[in-house]
Amino acid sequence: MTPQSTFMVAAPIQAHREPELQRLLGQMNDAPGQADPRNALLPFASYPQLHVARFVILHDKTLSDLGAYGIVFPDAPVWLVFLGDCDGSAEDMLARFAGTAADGLRQIFAHCEVPPGPDLLDWMRRHSVMPAAQYVNWVGRTVQQIREEAALHEFLRNSLGREPHLLSQAPAAIRARLVEQARRGGPVLSPQLATPAAWRRERALWLTQTALVGLLLAPILLLCSPLLLWQLRRRERADPVIAPRPDPLHVVELAALEDYDVSNAFSAFGSVKPGRFRLWTLLLVFRMLEFSTRFIYTRGRLARVGTIHFARWVFLDNRRRLLFASNYDGSLDSYMDDFINKVAFGLNLVFSNGIGWPRTRFLLGGGAAREQEFKNYLRRHQLPTQVWYKAYPGLTAADLATNTQIREGLQRASMTDVEARRWLALI
Amino acid sequence: MNATQPAEAVDIQGLLWSGFGSLPEAAFLLVRIDNPPAARVWLHTAGVTTIADLANPQATVLQIALSANGLRRLGVPDRIRDAFAPEFLDGMAGDAARSRRLGDVGASAPENWRWGYPSEPDALLLLYAQAGGLETFKRDIGAAVRQAGFTVVHELPTSDMGSKEPFGFKDGVSQPRIDWEGRRTPNSSDDLEYGNLISVGEFVLGYRNEYGLYTERPVLAESGALPDAEDRHGSRDLGRNGSYLVLRELHQDVRGFWRFVAEQAGISGAEALAEAMVGRHRSGEPLVARHHLPIRGVGPGQADIEANQFIYDADRAGVGCPVGAHVRRANPRTGDLPGGRQGLVARLLRTLGVPRPDLRSDLIASSRFHRIVRRGREFGSWVDPRTAMQPDCPEPASGLHFICLNANISRQFEFIQNAWLNSAKFNGLGDESDPLTGNRMPLQSGQPTDRFSLPQANGVARRLQSIPPFVTVRGGGYFFLPGVRALRFLTQ
Repeated sequence: MTPQSTFMVAAPIQAHREPELQRLLGQMNDAPGQADPRNALLPFASYPQLHVARFVILHDKTLSDLGAYGIVFPDAPVWLVFLGDCDGSAEDMLARFAGTAADGLRQIFAHCEVPPGPDLLDWMRRHSVMPAAQYVNWVGRTVQQIREEAALHEFLRNSLGREPHLLSQAPAAIRARLVEQARRGGPVLSPQLATPAAWRRERALWLTQTALVGLLLAPILLLCSPLLLWQLRRRERADPVIAPRPDPLHVVELAALEDYDVSNAFSAFGSVKPGRFRLWTLLLVFRMLEFSTRFIYTRGRLARVGTIHFARWVFLDNRRRLLFASNYDGSLDSYMDDFINKVAFGLNLVFSNGIGWPRTRFLLGGGAAREQEFKNYLRRHQLPTQVWYKAYPGLTAADLATNTQIREGLQRASMTDVEARRWLALI
Repeated sequence: MNATQPAEAVDIQGLLWSGFGSLPEAAFLLVRIDNPPAARVWLHTAGVTTIADLANPQATVLQIALSANGLRRLGVPDRIRDAFAPEFLDGMAGDAARSRRLGDVGASAPENWRWGYPSEPDALLLLYAQAGGLETFKRDIGAAVRQAGFTVVHELPTSDMGSKEPFGFKDGVSQPRIDWEGRRTPNSSDDLEYGNLISVGEFVLGYRNEYGLYTERPVLAESGALPDAEDRHGSRDLGRNGSYLVLRELHQDVRGFWRFVAEQAGISGAEALAEAMVGRHRSGEPLVARHHLPIRGVGPGQADIEANQFIYDADRAGVGCPVGAHVRRANPRTGDLPGGRQGLVARLLRTLGVPRPDLRSDLIASSRFHRIVRRGREFGSWVDPRTAMQPDCPEPASGLHFICLNANISRQFEFIQNAWLNSAKFNGLGDESDPLTGNRMPLQSGQPTDRFSLPQANGVARRLQSIPPFVTVRGGGYFFLPGVRALRFLTQ
């Protein structure tokens, strides 16, 4: 199995050059916000390991919300972030970018306060930021596998279409015929590569560490829980909610970039509530989240949500601000519907530690379930994703899962009639 | 009317209660306000029929709705106007992104509409009358509004097809039942399963919605003849007893539809194929077996039970009713949690998504947040399916003036249109949009959406290809259907 990695290069830009940078990034697109896969600056499609990638200018328009806590952050940088998810190591991915698209990347990064020197790769490494938590829809499924499985699905569907007499046969017989056809003329299905030992080691180490820290912390947290809960409730009652209706022009700007493909990019940015209590809560929650995405939610779903391809939560500005970036299927209204009706508790765990979040109860209740406030909050903190690339346009996470199941079913030695019927229904 | 009327029946326009089925004639007037002071006077005193009036038979009914343009033209201050829903303020065709989401592209793009683009009409007057009564009523209203400084920009005529829509199917079979009496509390464990009794606030502003919250609307500090805001003490509610009305002029290619299904399935199989695409028999009967338990908000009448006591849980594969059939998309009859009611532990685990549920079991949103009350009327001439299949059948130029009422346009009408009807990826499907209303435009990436799959018992789906579009949008707009006091306030 080839595990996926995530990369993110972040650097503050020269504030006065933001419009110029926006224009430059716009040149990479063939529709608003939608990357031309073969654009001259960074031809995304020439990297077969790359799932998704984006350039976003993090110009936080909600900075003044800090005022609710009597804080000013006048020197808050405007960040340019280049982030994505790929097969294999992120280090290799950055090296490939630096090796083959140095000119384009230099043009882009030249707008940063400290532009790259002679060694672009070194600059990108030094400006890399690791996420506090991340999510991969299907750990181990490569771009190549996605493409091969999509081709297989297409092939099997066409095979059925060419032989209408099959329609009336028994499931096992139809399957046998399809297996035979795929063997003779079907698309290539590459075998999985061995899982890198380093990845396994890192995972085991992470788990051990987390378990140890957890074992140490659990009794302390348990002992202090009345105090902590009291502290939490005190804050939840007092923290200001800042969720006015977003500026209509801001919404128009965002909507102009949405709903071209069946999937969309989502980028949101905001400030963490001040104080250690909220920060430590966040750190604890991110550990739990990271545990769940590494060990539980690795096959097509994040809790009940099956429409997210990749997601990440990243601290910036010395953990004063938080970036959330995801790739999701459907329109924003469907995404928000999932958020509210399926995983409001999960969102609250993280984002109620952000300034202005709708009022929560015990870290889980309320919050995102307060529909309109939540929708306002989300749109208000969302930022335009200037350039967004997805290696498999037209395919949703549900499509990918279906295609994987089709391939797995094809490669199985035998099936009962009932299993064959279920398998055929996927095609 | 045998059901108990809502407490504020005198303040609510009748359309929220009834489609005025006893008044078979109707016409919808799209009007422009040329002389605001005169228009205000007429609107202020216009005799709109309320729910209370419906206790007695009415010979004619007038309902009035205003667009965002209309509010501006009437001189409603910006601070009040801006508190209406953003979708309403933008208008149905106000933003290319919205048109993309609604599927209003290609032949259905606003540029090709007869009305509603680039600017929407100021107001919509809905006129209903008994058989033979419309002409006079329309003439009277027409004369009155012209005198009051309106111009009738478009008149949308309707025809009575005897509760069938132009393709020949019984229409309006399934409607949400509005919980006027407040019999249920949303978000109880009942909601884990599909129910048809829906909170008033989903359709009428100023009441609790399915989240137990109040949908955004203009709530004002000033006194005046407006109702009190339930959720903000001491404030007045301009939205209360009002609703958002969505109107779309849908042209239906009746001949194209029946010729296509006859071509695919032969004359003898045409009806069955058409029924599979619609998801109901032409009589309105469902394609799947009756659910063994009652459904909240269905019945007690036998006709309603026969037509609506069903869900799709036992037909996950779509062998009885294709997964992509029109009515299954329009209302998938889902509860909050697949599997419905269950033990506390099982429920907790399901909420957390462990163990991993079946791939396609949890792809559709819960229905109760995405319901609309439909009040459309047909237009054009009626032809029966057999005639429509004949090569010499004249063009009936028919369709539907689709009307629906909802409190949150983006979560209700637009969501249904975008995530359910139009989506090529609805419930795990790959390359088909609604078999009736889909625009058949390929995805941006080139994949087709003009197919339809009919799952069979052996697992394989029979697949239709290259389905032509059967429905074209030729006009549309978002309107506010105010409560009576709100209408008076807006026009004072």
